Amino acid sequence: MKLSYFPGCTLKNHAKNFEDSALCSLKKLGIDVEELDRWNCCGTVFSMTTDDLIHHLAPVRNLIRTKEKNSDKMMTLCAMCYNTIKRSNERVKSDQESLDIINDLMYKEDVKYEGDVEVLHLLEILKNDIKFENIQQKVVKPLKDLKIANYYGCYLVRPKEIGFDDLENPTIMDDLTSILGGQDIDFPYKTECCGAYETVDRTDMVANRTYQILSSAINHGADVVSVSCPLCFFNLDARQKQTQQKFPEFQNIPILYFSQLMAMALGCDEKSMNFNLHYIDPRPLLKEKGFI
Amino acid sequence: MRTNITRQQIHSPFVAKIEELSGQNLLACYQCGKCSAGCPSVDQMDILPNQIIRFAQLGMGQELTESKSIWICASCMTCNVRCPKGIDIAEVIEAIRQIVLRKRKDHVEVKKLTDKEKAEVPPIALISCFRKFTS
Ligand code: SF4
Ligand code: SF4
Repeated sequence: MKLSYFPGCTLKNHAKNFEDSALCSLKKLGIDVEELDRWNCCGTVFSMTTDDLIHHLAPVRNLIRTKEKNSDKMMTLCAMCYNTIKRSNERVKSDQESLDIINDLMYKEDVKYEGDVEVLHLLEILKNDIKFENIQQKVVKPLKDLKIANYYGCYLVRPKEIGFDDLENPTIMDDLTSILGGQDIDFPYKTECCGAYETVDRTDMVANRTYQILSSAINHGADVVSVSCPLCFFNLDARQKQTQQKFPEFQNIPILYFSQLMAMALGCDEKSMNFNLHYIDPRPLLKEKGFI
Repeated sequence: MRTNITRQQIHSPFVAKIEELSGQNLLACYQCGKCSAGCPSVDQMDILPNQIIRFAQLGMGQELTESKSIWICASCMTCNVRCPKGIDIAEVIEAIRQIVLRKRKDHVEVKKLTDKEKAEVPPIALISCFRKFTS
């Protein structure tokens, strides 16, 4: 199985821990991944107004890049890229007139987009194509006694068109956690918004959210919180600094990408985890539990 | 709050613009309040999501374009997936933001952000912030 891969901007710097651990895991699972040539930023958010076609160009251009690889499937890792590209894809697929305008605007492209690429998230691929039972067989270091609160946030599950999992009670990350031998911790804030890009000019608001979400996970017994979005990661990890300043009784908790947990269980090298990119260092806990 | 409602306001171009940009039928809302009940940002808002829909129905453009709420909403889509009438409230709020931004009134002034502030956050935060809050 060979996959065309769209990384997106943040995976190449702040979220290198996400990318490297995901790619290492896929390698361990025997999957070939090929990064798209000349991919561009997807725009990070879906263009929500009916008349704003221009912002669908960036996502559609990446779908053209996928076609140029003779592929009809694009794999994404970042939940925001996934949401943006998938929704743009659905938008142009259901509206030929918009698609024609977009193709016209990109007249210099050799390939026309015809709605013929499927946008997938790694979690979907793990579940539907590789299949969880096959992953389970490749686990060399089960995440025994690690209590993991899976935080889904917004873009992996909403709106309905994403059709990824249950809207109110998604479970795909929890299912993966138990396949890896970990213990999934249910908590009521798993789909509550972290404040997203409000983090740029409303740090205080994000500190409140981080406090609410993480305190709930901690109170339900979590050792770590697992995420699938680099913006959630930043807000829940780095913003613990502001959270602690505002709420002195707040206890820190390490944040990990689901791919890091998977890479650990599949026996990937610690280098692929890039723990140096974490504000809250997960290493002391992971060492204590014997995972690294 | 005391406000005057006029037939003229209700049939104003503002209402038509919101409906066009958001693709929503504002009158479908029966004010159950479910959108506001589940919104994680209500504690910061001056006009709640269900009130935004009501104000939009009534053509209260000034109140909406000057509200704090439109910049507090992070398009988390919780309201959309819960509305029993299938209204995309987040799209209505986006339409109001766009009406303001398209007059070149940026909410976040890129020039005012310090280098430290910009370097601290990942690209995904900056790009999405600029996409949502600048023209
Ligand atoms: S949930 Fe829907 S119907 Fe109920 S108040 Fe909000 S917009 Fe109106
Ligand atoms: S999309 Fe906006 S209004 Fe709706 S629940 Fe989220 S923050 Fe609240």
